[in-house]
Amino acid sequence: MPAITTAAAPEAPPSPAPGGRRRAAGPLLLLPALVALTLFFVLPLLSILLDSFTDPEPGLGNYASLFTDGYTLRVLGRTLLVALVVTVAGVTLAYPYAYMMTLAGQTARAVMITVVLVPFWTSMLARNFAWMVLMQDGGVVQGLLGLVGLGEVTLLGTTTAVAISMTQVLLPFMVLPMFSVMQQIDRRLLLAGQSLGASRLATFRKVYFPLSLPGVAAGASLVFVLALGFYVTPALLGSPQSSLIAQVISVRTRELLDFGGAGAMGVFMLVVTLAVLAASRRLTGPGAAAGAAHAIAGRNDR
Amino acid sequence: MTARPWLKIVAVLIGLFLTVPTMVVLPMSFSSAKTFRFPPEGWSLEWYERLFTSPEWTVAIQNSLQVGLITAVFATVLGTAAAIGVTRLGERARGLAVGFLLSPIIIPNILIALVIFSAFLRLGLTGSLFGIALAHTALALPFVVIAVTARLQGMDPALQKAGGSLGATPFSVFRKVTLPLAMPGVLSGAVLAFVTSFDEVVIALFLQSPTAITLPVQMFNSVTVQIDPTISAASSLMVLVVSVPILLGQVIGARRGRRGTPR
Repeated sequence: MPAITTAAAPEAPPSPAPGGRRRAAGPLLLLPALVALTLFFVLPLLSILLDSFTDPEPGLGNYASLFTDGYTLRVLGRTLLVALVVTVAGVTLAYPYAYMMTLAGQTARAVMITVVLVPFWTSMLARNFAWMVLMQDGGVVQGLLGLVGLGEVTLLGTTTAVAISMTQVLLPFMVLPMFSVMQQIDRRLLLAGQSLGASRLATFRKVYFPLSLPGVAAGASLVFVLALGFYVTPALLGSPQSSLIAQVISVRTRELLDFGGAGAMGVFMLVVTLAVLAASRRLTGPGAAAGAAHAIAGRNDR
Repeated sequence: MTARPWLKIVAVLIGLFLTVPTMVVLPMSFSSAKTFRFPPEGWSLEWYERLFTSPEWTVAIQNSLQVGLITAVFATVLGTAAAIGVTRLGERARGLAVGFLLSPIIIPNILIALVIFSAFLRLGLTGSLFGIALAHTALALPFVVIAVTARLQGMDPALQKAGGSLGATPFSVFRKVTLPLAMPGVLSGAVLAFVTSFDEVVIALFLQSPTAITLPVQMFNSVTVQIDPTISAASSLMVLVVSVPILLGQVIGARRGRRGTPR
């Protein structure tokens, strides 16, 4: 297994370059990580890209069937729709919450951050399992709906159930970038707006909201991209009839070994992902993308 | 500026939406029924007993710890070296290198699972815990790079130069100056790498075999393949393992904050 030795061997501390050529040590330190990423990430990706054009036969057949096969087309449409709904619902919920975080006092803010961080760190499976329990037939959610005269609504196995849980599971990814941008908005600008005669609503709309947009774009693009590739939630709460793209990729890969077909779907997903991130970057500047990355890594900030 | 009351109410409701649904796993884990009925009709410790005694669960826990530790070691060593290496590059090369190192973050996990599965199938690495750890290393590497880079950015480069000018070899500058200063970043990178691996389902699901099942995969199978309420005990433990340190951190942070600003 040549792959393993390359991953394990060369990351020993940097060999002391005699003469202390510090500049030259840079690439040397980088090399192990670059080699590992190339072996376990880039080369496999390129090989799947190749498969998507050659397997089972050379040509664009796999891509053509993405947009001509009725089933695949429905799955793609459903996936984009769910990702969009989850993103819009997420923005609607996260915005007032993040805004409130910037206004809250020290203790209240600590509580609000904890409320976001705990689910952020909690196992994805545990949270989806909880939703499964709540949404099952005869479950708590159905009971609540029954109280408002909507009994007997089957939730488990529907796209609605998937969208509700995904919104909740992904909400922290939305709140954190928004909060980090809103925190930096100088509130004296609002006072200035109001002292110049604008109403509270007008200052919000014309001053605060535009300034908070980079956070919204960063959070929304992050959630949209994550939602696009979500596997666990649709697998647990959806049904084969309401499959999302990730489930179809999984079936084609593991059960049918159809790497060409699955690859074409994966490449399509990647292209959409990159386009969304590029658009968000244009909208907000490179800083927000870094901010989002930081928000994820900042899981450990506190 | 004070917040409007309705805004407070909305924020509280969203806070409840974020936290309350997950809490059902706690009462669920003490249920005596062999179903996922909620609320439970009777109480027992059966699922905790199963979690810690039945081989399928104990082996899965051990596997996850093992894979998480291997991932943390690989990703931390590779990522720390890379983060230090990156600081010594020129402006242009640095941008490219960082972009490349962080790229696994933006690729959907399902796509990573697909490409790794097909590659490992050819290499014969599917169905092995070591294979899962290697795939998780690629996934966790960006988090280590981010954590260590953030730490290094706040560091005075003169410190390293001073070490060199006082006659230390580059290696001992690294060992005695750079590494100790970067250590908090390295440690949080290691924790992030471990958690990334410990919580990862999709790749582990693709690479699983009867002898290579991690805890998340066992949990996934326990609702999709069979109905095994042990998952509620496992979920409850995971919720507690995560909540308690964060809550403690917040309490300690708040105390320190209060002491730091005496009035």
